[in-house]
Amino acid sequence: MNRSNNKQKEPLTDTQLLMGITIGIFFVMYIAAMIFLRGGFLHSQQLFDLLNDNASLIIVSCGLTIVMIGGGIDISVGAVTSLVVMSCVLYLNKGGSVLVSILLALSIGLAFGAVHGFLVSYLEIQPFIVTLAGMFFARGMTTILSIDPQKVSHEGFKSLQDIKIEIDWLGYTAKNGNHIPARMELGVVVALLCVAVVFIILRYTRTGRGFYAMGGNQTSSLMLGINVKRTRFSSYLLSGLLSGISGYVFMMHTGAGNATNAAGMEMNAIASSIIGGTLLTGGVGNVIGTLFGTLTLTTIKKIVVSSGLNDPWWQSITTGGMLCFFILLQSIVLRRREKSKKSA
Amino acid sequence: MQEDCLLELRGIDKLFPGVLALDNVDFTLRKGEIHALMGENGAGKSTLIKILTGVYPMDAGSVKVEGKPVHINSPQDAQNNGISTVYQEITLCPNLTVAENMFIGRDNRHWVKQKDYEKRAEEILQNLQIPARARQQLGNCSLAVQQMVAIARAVDMNCKVLILDEPTSSLDDKEVQMLFTMMRDLKSRGVGIIFVTHFLEQVYEVSDRITVLRNGELVGEYLTEELPQVQLVAKMMGKELEELNELSDSEEHTASDKEVFYEAEGLSSSEALPFNFSIKKGEVNGFTGLLGSGRSESVRAIFGADKVGGGTVKIKGKNVRINKPIDAMKNGIGYLAEDRKRDGIIADLSVRENIILALQVMNGFFKPISRSESEAFADEYIKALKIKTASRETPVGSLSGGNQQKVILARWLLTHPDYLILDEPTRGIDVGTKLEIQKLVLKLAEEDVSVTFISSEIEEMLRTCSRLIVMRDRHIVGELKGSDLNQAKVMKTIAGGEA
Repeated sequence: MNRSNNKQKEPLTDTQLLMGITIGIFFVMYIAAMIFLRGGFLHSQQLFDLLNDNASLIIVSCGLTIVMIGGGIDISVGAVTSLVVMSCVLYLNKGGSVLVSILLALSIGLAFGAVHGFLVSYLEIQPFIVTLAGMFFARGMTTILSIDPQKVSHEGFKSLQDIKIEIDWLGYTAKNGNHIPARMELGVVVALLCVAVVFIILRYTRTGRGFYAMGGNQTSSLMLGINVKRTRFSSYLLSGLLSGISGYVFMMHTGAGNATNAAGMEMNAIASSIIGGTLLTGGVGNVIGTLFGTLTLTTIKKIVVSSGLNDPWWQSITTGGMLCFFILLQSIVLRRREKSKKSA
Repeated sequence: MQEDCLLELRGIDKLFPGVLALDNVDFTLRKGEIHALMGENGAGKSTLIKILTGVYPMDAGSVKVEGKPVHINSPQDAQNNGISTVYQEITLCPNLTVAENMFIGRDNRHWVKQKDYEKRAEEILQNLQIPARARQQLGNCSLAVQQMVAIARAVDMNCKVLILDEPTSSLDDKEVQMLFTMMRDLKSRGVGIIFVTHFLEQVYEVSDRITVLRNGELVGEYLTEELPQVQLVAKMMGKELEELNELSDSEEHTASDKEVFYEAEGLSSSEALPFNFSIKKGEVNGFTGLLGSGRSESVRAIFGADKVGGGTVKIKGKNVRINKPIDAMKNGIGYLAEDRKRDGIIADLSVRENIILALQVMNGFFKPISRSESEAFADEYIKALKIKTASRETPVGSLSGGNQQKVILARWLLTHPDYLILDEPTRGIDVGTKLEIQKLVLKLAEEDVSVTFISSEIEEMLRTCSRLIVMRDRHIVGELKGSDLNQAKVMKTIAGGEA
């Protein structure tokens, strides 16, 4: 046994391996788009637009990654996002303050997370059913609040919404000679902050490591002395909180509430997590992977549109195809690894 | 009074509804010894372990650790008293690193310091000579190493008493040796190890002392070197040697010169090692051996119940392939599983539905058995097998064990099998029903059905079988027939030849 060789490189863990694949594919895809589609892809603004449009998706995907690593699922995130948007829009239009609207968003998210977490962890009800119920409930509430689309007319909020981060050196010079800097919305900063915080939680905190242990083997985690119930509760609570944040970011992006807001967002978030290397079976995943998963998913959609396939079904078809491709890839990679382990 | 006494159990009683699982059992573990805990199914080994680990409360008795009385009410208590258990199924997380598996759940700080974990884990691994690296993902280690990591975790938690519950059942020979080396190393450090296993050879290889339990009672504590293997088997099975030597008259069974119905050569599965086997028409034979000797695994291989490895199978002289249970069923083989709760009955379905199940599967789901037909079948077998049930529509789950067993038997009889495998058909059922089932087996044999019969009770096997295949440590070690069919001979073969 070559113990002397302590510095030797460890083989990647499943999490690292799957995340690496996604990041690699994202760059290959983006560069290919730059070469073959040219147009917008050559401008950095394209990348920033991807982020601007999908900041809230990135945030809910982080939540889903947490829950999925713990071996659960949360399909209510899109509906909760929508409910948060509608509630905050109505509140602001009634003349409320921006600060309170933020607190409102967070508390709606936390409330959903707490109820889901309680039902799943302490009453041991299937997470799919619990969050399905949560999804219907939130959608229903949104429609009760207002069937008609509502636009925010609050001045304070509008000034917050208008804050754009301009990056001069990444901009480009238009034909008329004006220099246009790259623009990034505040929501993107929030999203990236969420990614960073979730990354730290998952990697360096007791609770975060508990998510992995719980998803890896629930009975074992119990035997190892992890408080599985509390850990599971926290995962849903975090997912709820992130849905709340996502709702606010969504509102900052669109400036309006609509009963059909964020429709299907939960499915896109699940897809992003999976593409980012999170296993539905739990225990494996990483939020950086999820960030790139979201980018990969949305880039593909953009590529489809840029290629002139404008009909909406093309996006669904490519999303489906891609998800299938990634799951296949993951299972092949993991199976090969299993084999090489056995023969070793 | 003895200074080196690590753990003392005195007068332990444990009552389950209707059963006295442990009756006044004593157990003593000394510092630095490997103590094997032996006993057949239902002897009370696992109950004793579970009391010791705080899973079950005890009804009477006392536990002392290093001379001090302790109360163990939860697994946490056990751990705090220095008692750690490593189970057969590895209770670690395969997706985490080796280091993290050693420390997760033990650290109450909110911020995890992976670097510290890795450093300490590396030291422990080196100290105990475990061939793994701290940063390796646990799932990439072999089962033996995973088990060692679990042990290392226990040792690092200052355990004084280490309970190894069937640690070797999923390891190969080389891995077993690695584990034994580690056990001996721990022993020299003063850890007391309770070793639960059903592999006799391993007991003799590694243990210092043996405690035998039978039917919830203490048979005795022995020094391993003073207890010959055959004696150990006799004590586990409850037959004194003198008794064994009185040849019990087994009635002669007609050794038929009929054609061979089933023949397997080098048959193996994911669970069973390659073996040869054949059975004639109308013959009743049996697989015997201690629990875990591979008897069930072998018959499961015949039925295709586990993933088939290799080998050739002939039925009535023709080569056939049996990869799945349905293949076996189509070739006229029926199998009554060992664990009827898990593999046999479907508790919520009625007696009628349970009875027609196998026939329905054979027919295929596109040819449903009509209601009136199935009622007729059910009534016929309820009568023929004297199944005590309120009606044919009663859920099987509400029947007694013996009657549940008859329902499963009826299920197979309805398919008119040529060859029926009965794995522990009489376990946990009353004496009357046992006799009925034995008679039924003999009657089937007269009707030219071949039967393979497995039972933990040797007398029962001797009464019904004309040939016994004896297994030990997953190999066939003997085949007994004719005048060799007596208890003494069977026991000796199980224990390993001489003596």
